[in-house]
Amino acid sequence: MRRITLWLLSTISALVLLLSYSTSLPSRAGSVQVLPAAGSSGGAAGPGQASGAAPRTLDGDPVQTPYGPVAVEITVAGGQITQVHMLQVPWGSGQDQQINGYAVPVLIEETTSADSAHIDMVSGATFTSRGYIESLQSALDQL
Amino acid sequence: MSTAVRGIAGGSHAIPVRRHVRVEQVMGMPVSCHVRALPEVPAGTVESAMSSVMAHLRHVDGLFSTWRGDTPVMRWRRGELDERDAHPWLAEVRQLTEEARLVTEGLFDAWFAGDYDPTGLVKGWAVQAASAYLQLLPGVSYALGAGGDITVGTGPDADPSASPWRVGVEDPRRRGAVVRRITLGRGAVATSGAAARGGHVLDPRTGAPVTRSGSATVVGPDLLWADVWATAAFVDPVAAAAAMARHAPGYRLVVL
Repeated sequence: MRRITLWLLSTISALVLLLSYSTSLPSRAGSVQVLPAAGSSGGAAGPGQASGAAPRTLDGDPVQTPYGPVAVEITVAGGQITQVHMLQVPWGSGQDQQINGYAVPVLIEETTSADSAHIDMVSGATFTSRGYIESLQSALDQL
Repeated sequence: MSTAVRGIAGGSHAIPVRRHVRVEQVMGMPVSCHVRALPEVPAGTVESAMSSVMAHLRHVDGLFSTWRGDTPVMRWRRGELDERDAHPWLAEVRQLTEEARLVTEGLFDAWFAGDYDPTGLVKGWAVQAASAYLQLLPGVSYALGAGGDITVGTGPDADPSASPWRVGVEDPRRRGAVVRRITLGRGAVATSGAAARGGHVLDPRTGAPVTRSGSATVVGPDLLWADVWATAAFVDPVAAAAAMARHAPGYRLVVL
């Protein structure tokens, strides 16, 4: 998977609204032109798959959204969108994107890691002044 | 306590950055402020901004601390102070706690157990607001952590992808061990779990203690809401996830 911002994954429904995607395929809905991908894999059978409706994978041309150009690949099964892959994401340098008035987080990576040696800050539930001296954060605060 | 050092920080910068760290104990918790400054940013400017950050947190503590009986929030709670006569931040926080109760569908409730206690919201609100002093500095990237909740970002005209911050999420069952790493250039990470002294967290909807162990971490644009949602998600992760999907675009429940 390319390095994509995870906030986009969490707002798939909002993004689909932006793209004015129609599940009656293929179509030119708004500024989106969706074309069946050659040899579409069909992806995994989604929970909404109806009998007789094989999954289809569609590649959209880059679409201008308020956040910049976004290209998506959508898998549809049984009239339901089952997967959305971001092929191109609009991270312009210094560009502010807004959701509900707040600049969206620039989330670069999330990993399962048992390695405390390559972090800058620690997030935890029980950080108190009394426990600070022996805490991991106190080690990270050293120069 | 303040220390600054010249050096080259790790990361994708090819340009050397100067690293500033300030740690103070405020609001009963350690507050760690880290700044990476380009060489042309005067050290005194950064130090002054960090002082403003800490001053803001102390100001908030003076208004909202529930550990002293004479703070405005305590006097308001006892009915001795009318909100209209109080510092305007009391009304602002009260409105925010009402909104938090609504959007979390009762998972976060400052009025639970009788006395009004906005402490769980005040922390994220105050730290997010304090970070505004750092956002004013061109040529800097910052990470501000308070009691395990963190907000990061940059000053104007900076690329948040160029100087990201690696936030480790602590294993709730093993102090000092990291089980997840979240790398972000702008945004907030808040983690909620069992109380430090081992007391129970209560589910405001039922009054029953939350018996789960572990913790909940939320990543999102604003630390105030990341903190509120982390609290809600620790109480009931399934209900919180559903409420987040409805009410909180851009907030992600990352770890449980």
